[in-house]
Amino acid sequence: MKYIDEFRDGALARKIAASIAAEVNSQHDYHFMEFCGGHTHAISRYGIVDLLPDNVHMIHGPGCPVCILPIGRVENAIQLAQTPQLILCSYGDMLRIPTASGMSLLKAKAQGADIRMIHSSADAIKIAQENPRHQVVFFAIGFETTTPPTAVAIKQAQALGLSNFSVFCNHVLTPSAISHILQSPEVRQLNLIRLDGFIGPAHVSTVIGSRPYEYFAEEFQKPVVIAGFEPLDVMQAILMLIRQLNQGRAEVENEFTRAVLPNGNIKAQMLVAEVFELRRTFEWRGLGLVPYSALKIKSAYADFDAEQRFPMPALSIADNKACECGAILRGVKKPQDCKIFGTVCTPENPIGSCMVSSEGACAAHYSYGRFRAEKHVTAKEH
Amino acid sequence: MSGTGKIKPGYARSLDLKHGCIEMAHGSGGRAMAQLINQLFLAAFDNEFLRPMNDQASFPVFNGRMVMSTDSHVITPLFFPGGDIGSLSVHGTINDVAMSGAKPCYLAASFILEEGFPLSDLKRIADSMAQAARAARVPIVTGDTKVVEKGSGDGVFITTTGIGMVPDGINISSENARPGDKILVSGTLGDHGICIMSLRENLSFHTSIKSDTAALHDLVADMVAAVPSIHVMRDPTRGGIATALNEIALQSSVGMMLHENQLPIHEQVNAACEFLGFDPLYIANEGKLVAICAAEDAENLLKTMRTHPLGEKAAIIGEVIEDSHCFVQMQTRFGGKRIVDWLSGEQLPRIC
Repeated sequence: MKYIDEFRDGALARKIAASIAAEVNSQHDYHFMEFCGGHTHAISRYGIVDLLPDNVHMIHGPGCPVCILPIGRVENAIQLAQTPQLILCSYGDMLRIPTASGMSLLKAKAQGADIRMIHSSADAIKIAQENPRHQVVFFAIGFETTTPPTAVAIKQAQALGLSNFSVFCNHVLTPSAISHILQSPEVRQLNLIRLDGFIGPAHVSTVIGSRPYEYFAEEFQKPVVIAGFEPLDVMQAILMLIRQLNQGRAEVENEFTRAVLPNGNIKAQMLVAEVFELRRTFEWRGLGLVPYSALKIKSAYADFDAEQRFPMPALSIADNKACECGAILRGVKKPQDCKIFGTVCTPENPIGSCMVSSEGACAAHYSYGRFRAEKHVTAKEH
Repeated sequence: MSGTGKIKPGYARSLDLKHGCIEMAHGSGGRAMAQLINQLFLAAFDNEFLRPMNDQASFPVFNGRMVMSTDSHVITPLFFPGGDIGSLSVHGTINDVAMSGAKPCYLAASFILEEGFPLSDLKRIADSMAQAARAARVPIVTGDTKVVEKGSGDGVFITTTGIGMVPDGINISSENARPGDKILVSGTLGDHGICIMSLRENLSFHTSIKSDTAALHDLVADMVAAVPSIHVMRDPTRGGIATALNEIALQSSVGMMLHENQLPIHEQVNAACEFLGFDPLYIANEGKLVAICAAEDAENLLKTMRTHPLGEKAAIIGEVIEDSHCFVQMQTRFGGKRIVDWLSGEQLPRIC
């Protein structure tokens, strides 16, 4: 496949791996957080860890939209879906997220709720047009990448006069989450997490550009390298981060120049600014309340805001006590540190959200990498 | 139509195969059902075993080991590039029987029809089944028809059952994989699943990929003739090759190591998987098999497979290893290793 295979080339990977091995300072450990679930997925799927020296550690960040949505919002969506004459449209990954009571959208669907898995916000508009007697609610989630398509859907619904369409908006913002992690006591005071640098988001950055990250590089003195989601992108970004650290630099560099401009996609940004505004605060699973970290629909478009149209109580529901998703999302723990990882919590029976999406740290480790942990355990046993 | 004797049938008008539909009466056991069976199914499947119209088929049995398999088919859409539910239901069961190394002998077919289903479509399906069965030289010797009310089915469901005879000296079973064995596939992976997905209403993308639905028993016959000691065979249908290999690994208590750069995958399948967020290893096949044999037999088996039209793109994709966890692993093209895990739930498209 053109434009894909070039970025998965094994021979090039070995060359970059050799450069990394040659350039790392063996006296130091390097701790990098890949913010995005897309990077987590690539690292696991291509076995990138096998190509890195032992003193380069990757920490999975909270950039998986399914993983960070608090259970209360999922509960809201399930209650909404159980409303008669209502169709809830959702992206596939959301359907399996379990709530505290073990309910999920998939189970609600099996019990008769009309829930449709869609592939784009345009599908939701089409369903609303085809079902004029039903209320159609689009369960919108995701970072800056999926926000512009939701804005387009709202504008389209307005243009078409679709009075039965609304959006349950859960869009969140990347930069505020990174700030929150860097300002957390675990990083700043307790030194529980060492973070030497970030692999910056790929698709998010195509929309917001590379400038928003300059603040982190300057204020926190952490290098950021924006990288594509292909495995060679990730390898190259790791090499660039190592070089910055070795040279004492803390800058924003762009590995993903084929898609990311410094200012991003201005047209998309203007569209988002027209339809959405900042929420004062929003709960993230694992991070708690994060100020100015999410978007809500502007009052000018209130007709299309499901939170205005339907009763939507604010539900604050704690995670299962044994579940370490919170600590894993903050980078404090690894999936294999969780007692229920791979025993009670598996992709078939997920307890925490990190086990649901293939971009979640636990699911990625379980599906692609758990042979490493298992080998470790076996070695200890003997 | 033979078998109706000289007595004039009690109905005058023949089935309207152009505009007619399935009605509840077609399943009620009366004249309408007899007419449907005679004019549609018997007309298509006609053979010496079916012709006596008994409640059971009667046929000679041979000495030796017999295998039996059954498979239900519930596909949407019913017609797709490369086949339809009819040909699929014949191939599916023939392949399940053949994966033991057996020569498939007879098929049974059972239909659940939804009220309102067009007779023209049913005829198309029956003709396709008949053609597939004749091409495979495996007659459909008995069958059944039921009709359910509109809304209780999805057009037509077909269950086929097959029996076959295993040649002497063949012992193929999923528990026979041994460390050191080689793993082979008969051709490109994921064609059927991607073809079907491209036709689904909410995805609809254009591809020239056709379903690979095919009866594999002739290929199997060549394979067991060349290498009678094949250890394992399986057709990787639902859940794709990943699921088939995980099942074998568990049943044989072994691990497996695949090599990504040796997997035969059509470029269009790869591309479709790329934009849908799927993994071709989990996509269904309907005309492919995976075989496991001793390392010293692998080249000979590969050569034999490649000389058959259904095995032209056969490849050795990995080997069986010792592993108490029964993990199927893969050496990625990129140079790392990863697990090829059991499929959990349905493959859902990723979000971003």
